Amino acid sequence: MDATTPIIDAQDLRKTFGSFVAVNNINFSVFPGEVFGFLGPNGAGKTTTMKMIQCVSPKSGGSLKVFDREAGIYQRSIKKRLGVVPQETNLDTEFTCFENLLVYSRYFGIPKQEATRRIEELLRFVQLEEKRDVLIERLSGGMKRRLVLARALINNPDLLVLDEPTIGLDPQARHLIWEKLKVLQAQGNTIVFTTHYLEEAERLCNRLVIMDEGKILVEGSPADLVSGHVGSDIVEAEHTPEVIACIENMGVSYEVFGDMVQIFTDNPREVAKSLFDTCNPGHVFARRGSLEDVFLKLTGRALKD
Amino acid sequence: MAQSVYIPRLTRGALKVWRRNWDVFFKTYQVNFLPPFIEPILYLLAIGFGLGMFVGEIDGVPYVEFIAPALVAISIMNSAFFECTYSSFVRMYYQKTFDAMIATPLALDEVIAGELLWGATRSFIYSSVMLAVLIAFGVVDLPLSLFILPFSFLAGLLFAGIAMCFTAITPGIDALNYPSFLFITPMFLFSGTFFPLDVLPGGLQLFARGFLPLTQVVTVTRSLTLSDFSPYFLYSIGWISVLTVLFFFVSIHLMKRRLIV
Repeated sequence: MDATTPIIDAQDLRKTFGSFVAVNNINFSVFPGEVFGFLGPNGAGKTTTMKMIQCVSPKSGGSLKVFDREAGIYQRSIKKRLGVVPQETNLDTEFTCFENLLVYSRYFGIPKQEATRRIEELLRFVQLEEKRDVLIERLSGGMKRRLVLARALINNPDLLVLDEPTIGLDPQARHLIWEKLKVLQAQGNTIVFTTHYLEEAERLCNRLVIMDEGKILVEGSPADLVSGHVGSDIVEAEHTPEVIACIENMGVSYEVFGDMVQIFTDNPREVAKSLFDTCNPGHVFARRGSLEDVFLKLTGRALKD
Repeated sequence: MAQSVYIPRLTRGALKVWRRNWDVFFKTYQVNFLPPFIEPILYLLAIGFGLGMFVGEIDGVPYVEFIAPALVAISIMNSAFFECTYSSFVRMYYQKTFDAMIATPLALDEVIAGELLWGATRSFIYSSVMLAVLIAFGVVDLPLSLFILPFSFLAGLLFAGIAMCFTAITPGIDALNYPSFLFITPMFLFSGTFFPLDVLPGGLQLFARGFLPLTQVVTVTRSLTLSDFSPYFLYSIGWISVLTVLFFFVSIHLMKRRLIV
């Protein structure tokens, strides 16, 4: 497969549960070596999309090709080349770390000797070699997540699919997972993951899509999305009629969030200066635009569930 | 794929699922092996020898020898049934073990088939232990009773399949109490286990012969431990074989309907 053939290619991909449309005709392609993120609030259709890619949930319409093969037909040969980190940690609690990976390696038909070698290597990679013979219930949440990551790598996958890889972890544990994913990325692995941590997406993704209510709202690199949708910087000021009148005069784009006005601009100094000079704005705060601003702008500020 | 609904995709993958459960079982063998040792001894002492004192003989057979094969049959039923209801449900719903397995080249068909084979294996293990106790007490005929060993796997597979159907349709783990109390408990009592079928009213007798799986299993085990065969022996073997195949495929089908969405 050459570099121009996508690893995943979805055209008008659709998934319905009864009358509920979980994934609504989405299009995306993931290319070799890319880290591709699915960002979106709860219920956006991210996990459903992952399950279709993993060949465990049949699509309702459109086309979905993984490794250039139809996902609904070639489940077994596709799954052989996938590594999956599910949203819920589903390790075998009766087993130790080593045994968990060994049992899993059997599902892939990896010979025991080869499996043992890989397991030792993977336990080192996720920094669990000291926990090799410890039962799962004695591991912390972060350790369990790292073990699930190691388990997903047992078959040297050509595509890694992670559904909320750092969900529920403390900052230290999260950074450790990111570090590991960075290493995998540097080795040229193709990775697809979902998250609703915007920082995670910003740090890891080459490209990402933002989904909401089953649809893809935007697609692009984190930097392009930020500059395209909110500008490079944001100036925040108090929401007063005076300030609004001022901004209207300046002719820049802005949004009102509660008691605050956000001005999207590539020229924060000038905007802040003219605010101070002309309209007595009270507090003014300038910062870099972030993916979070894009996300909130596109998916709205209302609570999702 | 409309056709894949009906034709399970079975390979040796099912054995890997079976092997996983086997490994778990032997990791915790201390808690797993004591019950099948203790249980028959309690029943033999309390019902066989205790109650048997008053019953004396049934059809010329000492009471303890009459119930010994029923104890084996009950153990075959219970071990597969409870494994493939409560334990399988825990693996499916709470531990998400099935999800972990189908993220590999294994298909769901193989996962369920492996669970069923494991349920049957549990019947085999438990009834073997029980048979050893019964042999030690000298209440079963040898060597014919040893045929119970292969038979326990077949009969176990039947109960595993029935159990898996309930697991596939139950809304939650508590609802599994219904088949346990409304199906398993009545069978435990009315399948020719502790008294012969012919003391039941005619209609009930026919019902037990026609529809209760445990009746068939008791017929077979009792024929073997008493070396006493009637035409019912072949009828029961045939009944069990046909229904085992049927429930094997139906349960896989129902599980796919539940889990592949």
